[in-house]
Parts: sequence; structure tokens; C-alpha cells
Amino acid sequence: MIEINKKNTRTWSRIGVRATYGMALLEAAKDDPLVLAMSADLGRSSGLNQFISKFPDQFVNAGIAEQNMVGVAAGMAREGFSVFASSFAPFISMRASEQVRMNLGYMNIPVKLVALGSGLSMGFLGNSHYGLEDAAVMRAIPGLTVVSPADCAEVFKVIRASINYPHPVYIRLTGGVNNPIVYQDDYEFEFGKAVCVKEGKDLCIVATGSMVAIAITVANEIEALKGMSVKVVNMHTLKPLDEKYLSELFGLFTTIVSLEEHSVVGGLGSAISEFKARENYLARHVSIGIEDCYVKAGDYQYALAEAGLTKDKIISNILNKLCIPL
Amino acid sequence: MPAKGGGVTGSLSNRIRRDIVEAGYHCGESAHFGGGLSIVDLLAVLYEKHLRFDKNDPLWSERDVFILSKGHGVLGYFATLKNIGLISSDCFRTFQKNGSDLIAHPVLNLPLGIESSNGSLGQGLSFGCGIALAAKKKLMGKRIYIMLGDGECNEGSVWEAAMFAAQYELDNLIAIIDVNGFQNDGPTAVVSNKANMAAKWSAFGWNTIEIDGHSTEQISNAYKYAENTTGKPTAIIANTIKGKGVSFMENNNEWHHNRLTEKNYLIAIDELENSSD
Repeated sequence: MIEINKKNTRTWSRIGVRATYGMALLEAAKDDPLVLAMSADLGRSSGLNQFISKFPDQFVNAGIAEQNMVGVAAGMAREGFSVFASSFAPFISMRASEQVRMNLGYMNIPVKLVALGSGLSMGFLGNSHYGLEDAAVMRAIPGLTVVSPADCAEVFKVIRASINYPHPVYIRLTGGVNNPIVYQDDYEFEFGKAVCVKEGKDLCIVATGSMVAIAITVANEIEALKGMSVKVVNMHTLKPLDEKYLSELFGLFTTIVSLEEHSVVGGLGSAISEFKARENYLARHVSIGIEDCYVKAGDYQYALAEAGLTKDKIISNILNKLCIPL
Repeated sequence: MPAKGGGVTGSLSNRIRRDIVEAGYHCGESAHFGGGLSIVDLLAVLYEKHLRFDKNDPLWSERDVFILSKGHGVLGYFATLKNIGLISSDCFRTFQKNGSDLIAHPVLNLPLGIESSNGSLGQGLSFGCGIALAAKKKLMGKRIYIMLGDGECNEGSVWEAAMFAAQYELDNLIAIIDVNGFQNDGPTAVVSNKANMAAKWSAFGWNTIEIDGHSTEQISNAYKYAENTTGKPTAIIANTIKGKGVSFMENNNEWHHNRLTEKNYLIAIDELENSSD
């Protein structure tokens, strides 16, 4: 098994989440002939080049037909294959959402869907390719686990945890190449168990996916600027939500900020709001994500800035909500 | 001799049809009669002579798989499973009763022989492609039979799956297209599906055979033909009569989904019990 260490995480960061996914699946296939990769004409974009050349019999290209791919994936998973099916986020989640609902949800067939380029990382390809609402749609389907790795090391952890996981999983890959590193060393990963990545006691940021690394930077700057102590939690699993951990946070903090590269409708912010309302917690919850709109497209950093998801914009947004002058 | 009285005499098809009418009437609700009756002969021949399964071991790993992609055809499907011994009479009597396992669309239940949840049209063929490809990769000899409706073929996902099956040469996959000529809003030729069904499947690279879906001999020959085909999936284009076997339901699309009155129930049962079938 490939070690998670400083050297490897630097390499993975450079090649980005998609290529790391391909490496992680290649590692899995070496030990298991039942690991099967599918893609909808996006094998190369899924970082699967090496996988396809080494294990051609363990790759099935469905062509540009995501609905059929999900159904085929379910049929193969039912017969014992550990199937990972990848396409760009909106296509695999929304184009095929009813196939996901019937096959993965209703029949609880443990296919793993891998959403490439979610959030805004598709840059100039624009909103047709952005994953703005994918987590919302997938999270609404009973029985699905929805997970968004914080960095490339966590992509490895998620793939390893998924191989024999008996339930369907939606793996939402955000971030691009030169992806910020959150984890340089190995750590305990379990679906549905949030991980503290920075301690603090005055304010808590609960982030997911690409926003975890930014949240750490944001937290450090707010500490330096305002003398506050800011905790950061990696809520890698959007569903099932780590309600036990969140209960503790709602008991300890007066304000919790959620931060995600996803629409504020239906993602992490919504999940936390739903939980807070159900449990009637009094703490404030500030939900930061992509507003309910299509984002003016440009390169990844431009799109993040348009969506208010760069470090400086997040800091001013948080301080503004807390009524603290910049 | 015409069959009389209980449900154990007569041909399998006739017993299935009588059970359809019984369950559809006694549930006290509207039910899908037309598309349940049109598939009866196709199912009877399949389960009686071709599908390899063990009713005492429904989870037998080598079994063939049948999937009712046109999920609203459950009356024909459940009545078949009852008559071949996978669904008990007691269970069958719960059809469309609150809390029953048997509702208006199939819900995955392997002990009852129900291999898949369906009801959303256009999904069964993809699922079947996956099972067929898995069987090939595992060098298992199982065959996968998927029943679709002609109306269902409006769904684009059917044709995604059709392309896939030909591409991967899934000769262990057999699609049975129940061409009863109607869908919810009227004749398929009027709503959406005017062009020649067999030509479409052939054009997609399938081995295609067109039959009378009520002729036992033609049905059995078609299954044999499919079972002996290599290198291609087979589509059996079965021309059927919607509502087949009950005179007032035949080719009358009001019986796509409708409720039987006591008077009509008695007429239907009388016709089936006095049928020469």
C-alpha cells in the first residue's frame, strides 16, 4: 500500500485530485480483480490512463451515456464487482440522478460514483461543467453516502474506504492541479466522522472539500488580525453528517461557519442548518458557499473570486457577519 | 376441455390470466390490466421452458435473471411467479394491499424471485447489461432476459443501453419487447414511436426476431434462437394484444390502468374459465 507521507503528498498535490484518483484506483486493482473502473468517455480525464493500460479487462467505457453507465455499474456491482464510475460532476449526478435513485438508492447497490471537477475547477469550461448543485441532488437520495475529500491524500483514504463499503458512495472531487495540501501524514479516516484539522476556541469553521485548506489559511489570518482563536473541522462526509461531532460544536461555540465550494442550497451549509433546526440549537450558523446562481466563468481562481470563495473574500465575509470591522 | 372453478387447471397462461383478474379485482384499486395481460404468454413460456432457476433456492448463484423493465406489468409477472411457485398464494392475495411486498411496480425481493426494483421506465436494460457483462467477465453461463414495453422505448436511456449491449457483444442478454401498440396516452404510433421497432433494434446492432407474442411455438423458437446466438444480443419483437384474453380489455386502452367492477370481473373470469386456452 502506498504510504501517505510528505514526499507522496507533494507529488499528488502537483498532479491534482483526478490523477490521484487514478493512482488510488490503480493501487486497489493490483490487489483485487473485482475492482472495476467505468467512465463515460472520460477515462483519460479521470486519470485512468495507467489503470486502463495495466488492467484493460477491469475498465469499461460506457461512452457518452451516463444514465446507462450508472445502470450498468449497478448490474455489475450486484454481481460482486467493486465498481467506480466517473464523469464530470453535473453529468454523473444530475444527468443520471434517477438511475442513481433507482439503482443505488432504492436497491442499495454499492456503486461508487466519482464526480470529476466538481465545484468551479472546470474553469473556462463554464457552468455546464461546474458542480454547483451535485451534492444537493445526491444528498437528497436516501441511502447514499456523500463525501468530498479535502485534498489528494484524502482521495486515497476515501478510495481505500470505499472498496468494500457495502453502500453506494458519491465521491465529490473538488480542486484542481497544484492542489493545497491538508494532510502530509497518514491519519484515521472513517465515513461520517469529521476530523479536526486545527484547534481553536472562539470561532469554528466547518469546511468540506477544497475549502478545508482555505479554511485553515482563513483561520490563521483571522487569528493574526483579530487575536481570535479559530477551529477548523474537515467535514469530509456530507451524508451521513457527523451529528455527534456537530452537537459538541454547537455546545462549545456561539458561531459556526460552514464553508463549501458548492451552492448554499442543499450542500454542507444546508445539512448543518437542517440539523441545527431539528435539534433547536441556539448558536449562530453562517453558511458560506456559492450563492444560488451561475458563476461568471474564467479560470479556476477567477471563478472562485467571482463566487466569493477566495481567502480575502471569505475573511471579510466572516468578519462582516460577526460585525467585526476589518 | 375448458377449465372450470379453481386456479390449478388449464394452461399456465390461462391460470396466470385468471390470477391477474382475481388479484386485480380483489385489491379493490385500479391496476394495470392491459400491459399485464399482454405479456402472459411470453412469461409463461419463459418460466416454464427456458429460464433456469430453482424455486427452492431463489438465490442460486448460477440462475438466469429475468427483469421486468416495464414495471407496470406486475400483474402478469407476480401471477407468473405465483404459478411457478416462487410467490405463495397467501402472499399473492396481498397484491396492492397496504404493507404488501407486491405493489404496482416490482420491488427487489430475491426470495420471491423479484430481481430488481422497477417502475421508472427505461432503466432495466442498463441494469441487465451490467449483469450480463459481469457474467461474461466471470465466465458464468447465465442468461439475462429483460422485458420492455414498446411505449417504454420512448425513453432515450433504452437506446443508450442498446448501443452498449451491441458494443460489448452481450449475447447472453435477451430483450423481449412487448409491442402491444399502446401507451398511457394512446397508440404508440400516435404518441411517439411510429417507425418500425424491429428495424430500430437491428440498426443498433442487435440480432432481431419478430414474432406473434401469443404463439407458444413462435415464442419458444425465439427464445431458442436467442439462446443459440453468439456475438450479439437478441431482441425479440413480440407483437401482442394489450389486454389479451379478456374481450372487453383487448386493444382497449381504457384498461391500461383501471378498476374492475364486480360485473366486469365476473364476465372476465367466465371468459377465461371457458377459454379453449
